[in-house]
Amino acid sequence: MDLSLLFIQTLNGLQLGLLLFLVASGLTLVFGILDFVNLAHASLYMLGAFICASLTFVLGNFLWAVVVSLPITGVIGLLVERFVARPLYSRDHLDHVLGTFGLILVLDTLAHLIWGPAGIAVPLPPWLDGQIQLSETLVIPTFRVLIIAAGLAAAGGLFWLVNYTRLGMLIRAGASNRTMVSALGVDIQTLFALVFALGAMLAGLAGMLIAPITEASIGMGNNIIITAFVVIIVGGIGSMKGAFIAALLIGLIDTLGRSFLDDLFKLFMSSEAAETSAPAVSAMLIYIIMALVLAFRPSGLFPPRTR
Amino acid sequence: MKKFTTLALAASLMASTAFAEPVKIGFVTTLTTGAAVIGKEMQQAANLAMDHLGGMAGDTKLEIIYADDGFAPETGKQATDKLVKQDDVDFITGFIWSHVLLASRKSALDGGKFLISANAGPSQIAGKLCDKNFFSTSWQNDQTPMAMGEVLNQVGVKSLYIMAPNYAAGKNMVAGVERTFSGEIKGKDLTKWGADAQLDFSAELAKAKASGADGLFVFYPGAAGGAFIKQYHQAGLKDVLPLYTVFTVDGLSIPKLQAADFQSVLGSRSTGAWDPSLDNAANQKFVSDFKAKYGAYPSNYAAQSYDAINLIASAVEKVGGDMSNMDAVRAALKEADYASVRGDYTYGENHFPVQDFYLREVVADADGTWTTKVVQTVYNDHVDSYAADCKMK
Repeated sequence: MDLSLLFIQTLNGLQLGLLLFLVASGLTLVFGILDFVNLAHASLYMLGAFICASLTFVLGNFLWAVVVSLPITGVIGLLVERFVARPLYSRDHLDHVLGTFGLILVLDTLAHLIWGPAGIAVPLPPWLDGQIQLSETLVIPTFRVLIIAAGLAAAGGLFWLVNYTRLGMLIRAGASNRTMVSALGVDIQTLFALVFALGAMLAGLAGMLIAPITEASIGMGNNIIITAFVVIIVGGIGSMKGAFIAALLIGLIDTLGRSFLDDLFKLFMSSEAAETSAPAVSAMLIYIIMALVLAFRPSGLFPPRTR
Repeated sequence: MKKFTTLALAASLMASTAFAEPVKIGFVTTLTTGAAVIGKEMQQAANLAMDHLGGMAGDTKLEIIYADDGFAPETGKQATDKLVKQDDVDFITGFIWSHVLLASRKSALDGGKFLISANAGPSQIAGKLCDKNFFSTSWQNDQTPMAMGEVLNQVGVKSLYIMAPNYAAGKNMVAGVERTFSGEIKGKDLTKWGADAQLDFSAELAKAKASGADGLFVFYPGAAGGAFIKQYHQAGLKDVLPLYTVFTVDGLSIPKLQAADFQSVLGSRSTGAWDPSLDNAANQKFVSDFKAKYGAYPSNYAAQSYDAINLIASAVEKVGGDMSNMDAVRAALKEADYASVRGDYTYGENHFPVQDFYLREVVADADGTWTTKVVQTVYNDHVDSYAADCKMK
């Protein structure tokens, strides 16, 4: 096996993992603190991508479009919280799933009406569209480096926010004991709305970052949301640290599985059998990991302390 | 006398009801998910065909009922079942995806309907599973990549890396290029496909580059095509690993790539059985009217759907709208006696077209709009590789 290829694939895995973390962190915040299952997180990811794509054409620059789109997705998050999530808080999880699944259908159709079925390819400024030459054989697209940087920055920002700010303290307190926090006179409703909007912005950011690679398209979030759920289950629901480590783990396992599994299989089966079975097994790999984690540590790798 | 008038009246009534009864066409395609972009275009082309026909096949009214397959075989089969049982259509056409067609074929054929594929051409239906009531207005999946394999040999590509989605047609496309390409296959990747398809190909592109192959062959239809092209260029592979595609850089992805000013796609080459630049009267009318009505060049999906409706109309007109005699309708379909936008073609033993295949190149037209044009003819009257396995009952 080629070392430089392994290095590139590790970077690719890291990039996928960080994107997953952006989606999963919002999901785990909302689930951990609000105890609310938000499938429509996927639609916020899609809306982030579409809004940013449209604004790229209006403003003529992808980075400005990201800056303007972030607060817009935050506002959409607030609206979703106020009109869809809030009436459902007191119901059980099944109602959350039904309600937010309905919202996915509504938002998908809305996106279809506004932007059409074709999807939008997002142009990048030339300095982002090239490659970075690391060595003779190591070349990585600049934009993927940007995704890694943005993902790490977002993770760092969240870590700071949760651990070193008053809002973060309230968030952590809310995750451990919601009733006590509100009994101490904290406006829990505003806190919830803020957390929801934060989650929406993180999901939107992930959508904006992926759009120049895969295009903004209808239902694009439905692919990643399932993997994001796997991430928060593996990491421990409600745990930010768990989400971060599990996202990187899943991203690396998925990418390395896709890269090297067929070569591995060829060692002990015919190359034809390896070619057909490897894609199937690599698609299953992350679910196998999830099943193993659930079997040995039912509450995830890093379960948050007592609720 | 009275008896005679009653009979005559009855006969004329029956005749008029027979002719007044519209012939119904079920059209199964993808109208939701990201792949709806293909389904929508097929729908537009079918509607354009209906406009051109005035909604009539001779004296018989035609009616199209659209159904969504949701990019999933099981949903496609349900849609087909509904068209067969509830709407009782006479023809079922459409079908972008080979796995959807394979799942739906039994429902349509056992229900005694004619099945006309406007895109999917899985090897199974061309060979062992061929059926007298199945016809195609597209191609057998292997043929287009086979033509590309020939082109690769001609331009002197010695080794190839292959990428395609992991489903029926993806496997056929890979088999096709492997059949004719005479060089070495350095490696291949089959990626996850369906409503939750894999769209980020970073790992695969890194592998392809590391393989040291002379060229990269890919098949990524619909939205995945545009995504793939972008990543290929972002990875800076244009000069290192030249790209050869089928059904990836097409009428659907080109406008989006132009909107994002993706200059490097100009000059990109692919093979196909149809092209907007083909010089025949039917094609010129189709392309110019399609552009006038929908504001963009049609893709091959549109061309094949337009042909499917016209093929059906030609057969219905030939039998005078009498769908009760299936043998006569089948014979009329088999003649392919209509103005196809690809030019005249005939039907082979397995009811797939015997037709020419072209090498096409992306160019800017007189108005600066990007499109494709024919560079050379690769195959004349090509018969697919599975026709010999077809024992038509």
